[in-house]
Amino acid sequence: MTQNQQTLHGLPAISTHTQNDAGPSGVSVFLRSVGQRLLPYLLPLALIALWQFGCLQGWISKRVLPAPADVGLAAWKLALSGELWVHVRVSAARALSGLAIGGSLGLLLGLLTGSVRLFETLLDSTVQMVRNIPALALIPLVILWFGIDESAKLFLIAISVFFPIYLNTFHGIRNVDPGLVEMARTYGLRGWALYSNVILPGALSSILVGLRFSLGLMWVILIVAETISAQSGIGYLTMNAREFLQTDIVLVGILLYAALGKIADSFARFLEHSWLRWHPGYQNQSVR
Amino acid sequence: MTETLQQPSAAVTKRGVAVKSQGIYKSYGARTVLQNANLSIEPGEFVAIVGRSGCGKSTLLRLIAGLEKPSGGNLHVGQQPLDGLRENSRMMFQDARLLPWKRVVDNVTLGLPKERHPEALQVLEQVGLLERAHDWPARLSGGQRQRVALARALVHHPDLLLLDEPLGALDALTRIEMHSLIENLWLRHGFTALLVTHDVQEAVWLADRVVLIEDGAIALDLRVDLPRPRHRGDARFAALEEHILARVLQRPGSQDPAKEFAPWPATPAYELRWAI
Repeated sequence: MTQNQQTLHGLPAISTHTQNDAGPSGVSVFLRSVGQRLLPYLLPLALIALWQFGCLQGWISKRVLPAPADVGLAAWKLALSGELWVHVRVSAARALSGLAIGGSLGLLLGLLTGSVRLFETLLDSTVQMVRNIPALALIPLVILWFGIDESAKLFLIAISVFFPIYLNTFHGIRNVDPGLVEMARTYGLRGWALYSNVILPGALSSILVGLRFSLGLMWVILIVAETISAQSGIGYLTMNAREFLQTDIVLVGILLYAALGKIADSFARFLEHSWLRWHPGYQNQSVR
Repeated sequence: MTETLQQPSAAVTKRGVAVKSQGIYKSYGARTVLQNANLSIEPGEFVAIVGRSGCGKSTLLRLIAGLEKPSGGNLHVGQQPLDGLRENSRMMFQDARLLPWKRVVDNVTLGLPKERHPEALQVLEQVGLLERAHDWPARLSGGQRQRVALARALVHHPDLLLLDEPLGALDALTRIEMHSLIENLWLRHGFTALLVTHDVQEAVWLADRVVLIEDGAIALDLRVDLPRPRHRGDARFAALEEHILARVLQRPGSQDPAKEFAPWPATPAYELRWAI
């Protein structure tokens, strides 16, 4: 009994000791994790610093490459005048409506050919044939058909995002485990219940891969479409700036495309993490 | 707890359904899988089908489940001839076949009308997985997944439960646990059970009757008259197991029916040669 009490009394002393020991090591662990986080940014930051230094020293001509500070200043001015937001909004609206049209068509057609054999034999070989034509090769034809206004840009974006979503939806549906479908049928699931409980969730990870591919393509095609001819949008902003040799604004435009692409990709990853929570491959954070 | 244990067992003694197959014949193209399979199962009976792999035992189960149609012969489940999937038959597969994108409890309520969803938790409690109800299936062990699959089948109160080697992929200890669980739930719910297995001990432990299928036909139909709960160490249990195992391993050829019921030590030496 007395022994027990002794050990009990001894315990808090031991634990305070360990806390004291853990103090500095905890800080060093924290510093190390911060270091790990910052390490990937070290190289780009050093390059930017070198670039700024080179510009200040006059090694790099302002015509060729304006200093990072000037680019930041140009972006700031554009943002203050509101011009920046107008162009970003126009470009994003173009990209997203093109994605909505092409993506939903691709999804619908993929669901159709994936689920019904008849539609596969009817449509798939045609789609595969058209798929091999690069969307940019259609530009002359698109200009002849639609002129150079909005519908031409929408058409180009829609047709290029269509195929990744179509292909991945088709394969996603075909790769749904037939054992699960059989099981669901023995539990009386038919028609829409079978589709929404088994087939669509089973194909979802593949469909999201298609979406990510499409988002990447969407910005590439948007850039090309906006540089052909436009009265607004980021492409117009940069082409206009080129006319007046405003290299800093050209760089702002390029950086805007990069930022928008990054945002779109993060959005797709967010969808994957929230819709595929059940998937062991997307449960990393909770496992740790 | 004891109340819920006793209440259904009293009410459901006749919940099981009779199964009768006469001259069932099944072929895929030129390959005949089942020929003239005659099997009659009493309501509430537990029948185990054993046999070498590829003997047609799983095919017979799939025919009774209504997943496939026989090429010939009569198949009755209950009063009606079987025509496709039945609402009151449930099947457990070799792999649990849980939907990975649904949490455990949502897997159990699959195909269940909304107003009966609360029952899912009761059945999960019966298989001992109530605390895992909101986990993803990917987080469960193989044995736990099969217990969820069992709960998913039982929540519908089936009158016929078909088990297609559901324990084949589990380790020995988990398998023994599952045997008791299946036996208890069968005693409590009173459904007819048909188990396909390659494990003779499992068959003897669980079943009222052990049926051996060989080359697409029923070669042996043996009643297991051991009191429940059964004990694996029991001498009669071991003799029966050995006898069936010897019969499974032996190739067809000995047509002497008198020998079939002789216990293992009486098996003549010339048959032993075939077994090795």
